[in-house]
Amino acid sequence: MEFWFTEHHTPGVNFSIKVDRQLFSAQSEIQRIDIFESKDFGRFLAMDGNMMLTEKDEFIYHEMIVHVPMAVHPNVKKVLVIGAGDGGVIRELARYETIEHIDMVEQDELVVEVCKKYLPVTACCLDDKRVEIIYQDELKFVRNCHNEYDLIIVDSTDPFGPAEGLFTKEFYGSCEKALKEDGIMVNQHESAFYNDDAIMMQRIHKRIVESFPISKVYQAHIPTYHSGYWLFGFASKKYHPIKDFSSTRWNARGLHTKYYNTQLHVGAFALPNYIEELLRDVE
Amino acid sequence: MQLNQNRMPIYEALNNFKKERVVPFDVPGHKRGKGNEELTNFLGDKCLAVDVNSMKPLDNLCHPMSVIREAEELVADAFGAAHGFLMVGGTTSAVQSMVLAACKAGDKIIMPRNVHRSAINALILSGATPVYVNPGVDNRLGIALGMSLKELEKVIKENPDAKAILVNNPTYYGICSDIKGITELAHKHGMLVLADEAHGTHFYFDENLPISAMEAGADMAAISMHKSGGSLTQSSLLLLGPNVNEGYVRQIINLTQTTSGSYLLMSSLDISRKNLALHGRDIFEKVRSLAHYARQEINQIGDYYAYARELVNNDTIFDYDVTKLSINTLDIGLAGIEVYDLLRDEYGIQIEFGDIGNILAYISVGDRERDIERLVSALAEIRRRYKKDRAGMLDHEYINPIVTVTPQQAFYGEKYSVPIGESIGKVCSEFVMCYPPGIPVLAPGERITKDILDYILYAKEKGCFMTGPEDMKIENLNVLK
Repeated sequence: MEFWFTEHHTPGVNFSIKVDRQLFSAQSEIQRIDIFESKDFGRFLAMDGNMMLTEKDEFIYHEMIVHVPMAVHPNVKKVLVIGAGDGGVIRELARYETIEHIDMVEQDELVVEVCKKYLPVTACCLDDKRVEIIYQDELKFVRNCHNEYDLIIVDSTDPFGPAEGLFTKEFYGSCEKALKEDGIMVNQHESAFYNDDAIMMQRIHKRIVESFPISKVYQAHIPTYHSGYWLFGFASKKYHPIKDFSSTRWNARGLHTKYYNTQLHVGAFALPNYIEELLRDVE
Repeated sequence: MQLNQNRMPIYEALNNFKKERVVPFDVPGHKRGKGNEELTNFLGDKCLAVDVNSMKPLDNLCHPMSVIREAEELVADAFGAAHGFLMVGGTTSAVQSMVLAACKAGDKIIMPRNVHRSAINALILSGATPVYVNPGVDNRLGIALGMSLKELEKVIKENPDAKAILVNNPTYYGICSDIKGITELAHKHGMLVLADEAHGTHFYFDENLPISAMEAGADMAAISMHKSGGSLTQSSLLLLGPNVNEGYVRQIINLTQTTSGSYLLMSSLDISRKNLALHGRDIFEKVRSLAHYARQEINQIGDYYAYARELVNNDTIFDYDVTKLSINTLDIGLAGIEVYDLLRDEYGIQIEFGDIGNILAYISVGDRERDIERLVSALAEIRRRYKKDRAGMLDHEYINPIVTVTPQQAFYGEKYSVPIGESIGKVCSEFVMCYPPGIPVLAPGERITKDILDYILYAKEKGCFMTGPEDMKIENLNVLK
């Protein structure tokens, strides 16, 4: 018997992982949620058939989406996390003792429940006493926030589906409004290798550029996402991701990481020419 | 409803016909799509397979005897009408057929001036004379409302020879007149009541919404099934009450309707009618609740005013259609049309229309809650980023017309073209309107005043899509000699 999970990266390119067994499957009000077990990637979570995370490579995504802004902003106290029901972002944030409060807004309660049960690797810190989970439409939540957060992390699913409202100008504009005057927003910025993905990536960048004075993109290698190469957005009203970044300050925290380090921080913003061109086209 | 509303006679006949695999040596010439590969690839072969001609097993729209007849009976049953016609020329053709069926040349027809252009077009075709009832105007919103019963009584007294009264049920903005009171009054004076229900299909399937024309006892009603009813664009219904001669109305319809009625449109009417009859109540409950939620959220943003039943005054606003999401934008210092453009150009959201002071977002069964969140958030962002001082905003949509000659006389009269700036005091021989909503600012036969000219120039400047005149740039107007 062979049992494979396959995700289409394009109509002509598939990505497959051999599955040992399926641990969970359900349809929530919002999406289909599946958890599989595999030899090569450990447990992995798929939503509406799209790969969300694997135990083997999730550290790259979660470290890069959290530590990059945390090494730039000198004094993050209040954080808003959008999506992130698997808990990976919260796990990384929870390592910073200086953070006082984290609001996490997630549409789908079932995702959190399932991840707590099957993915303790990422969901381990969701019960941290600084974390408040709000089950609500994210767009609605952010619309009603003003000048509140030091950092917003947008850990959304892909833009075709329940999260499509999180890739819009109204969302990024609302985030800008929800941040304090020196706030930072970091978002998962999709991939740019395949043509359809590149178009979406450009649209995201265009909309963030329209909403924030500083808008940069950085990269990471994530084997299980489209083309294995993923981008993040760094948007801010005040801080530049390199000029205002302090490696000594971050290193003094003594956090142990598997992917992120302060040299890589600088390198992550050095993008290949084809991506620079795609970004320039919409700036 | 008495009949089995699960039936879909046209849909069933088309499915049976497909199974027969009949070789087509008739029109349409694309022959089930085989002759036009590009079109088939674009629309899909299922669609092209049922784009067929009238024939015995499929009946004929001009003279329905079998499946179309049955479909029409089901429509009448579902809508509580004595008869229902399937229409393939849009609600425009349904409105025109009502007017042409009720009035001959020289007959008078009473109507509010804020009718759709199709009603005044019908006057050009028929030669009937309009007698306009002043609709009320809401000064805050700047929009024309419904007809006041008292005002109508006065007009009837002055025009006892009028043949019919045309009623918007509701207006584009969702405002209803007292159609039941109007119908009683009209029938007492031997006049027919024609209802333009282009925006009221859903009234027939939800008792929490304003009364429908057929229930109010009206004689004819034009229904845009393709708006809230879910059928394909251009498909509509014309309903008759018990005192109207079905055969005569069919003759009138056949004066202008195609003899090649589209089975795509007709089957979409058949399927949508069934869906409404069986599920309409649930559908419109959901639409009402989405619209209600959106209104609450939008009114919380500040400055926007999403209005609803609180407007009701038992007179010019007798009732309000709460499925409509009409929003006044003047307090953010932007014209409705400017908000409409920003929503599309900056936020990727297309709404139904924007005019001088209002926008209308069309809420339907196809909407999801998360789309409503996008609309609300985009409106909040537009206010935050673009809010201006209100000074200098024109705040009214409606200007009382000065009717000089009938629309037909003006349209066919001796005319010449003048630059729009020099047209004041002249009698216009053509329409000028913003589209949508398609309510004429000027109709043929009306005198051009400074107010009207200012309005047209303002609407043009704000970016309204102006239509009507021969000169498509609207720099010149045709006026009567």
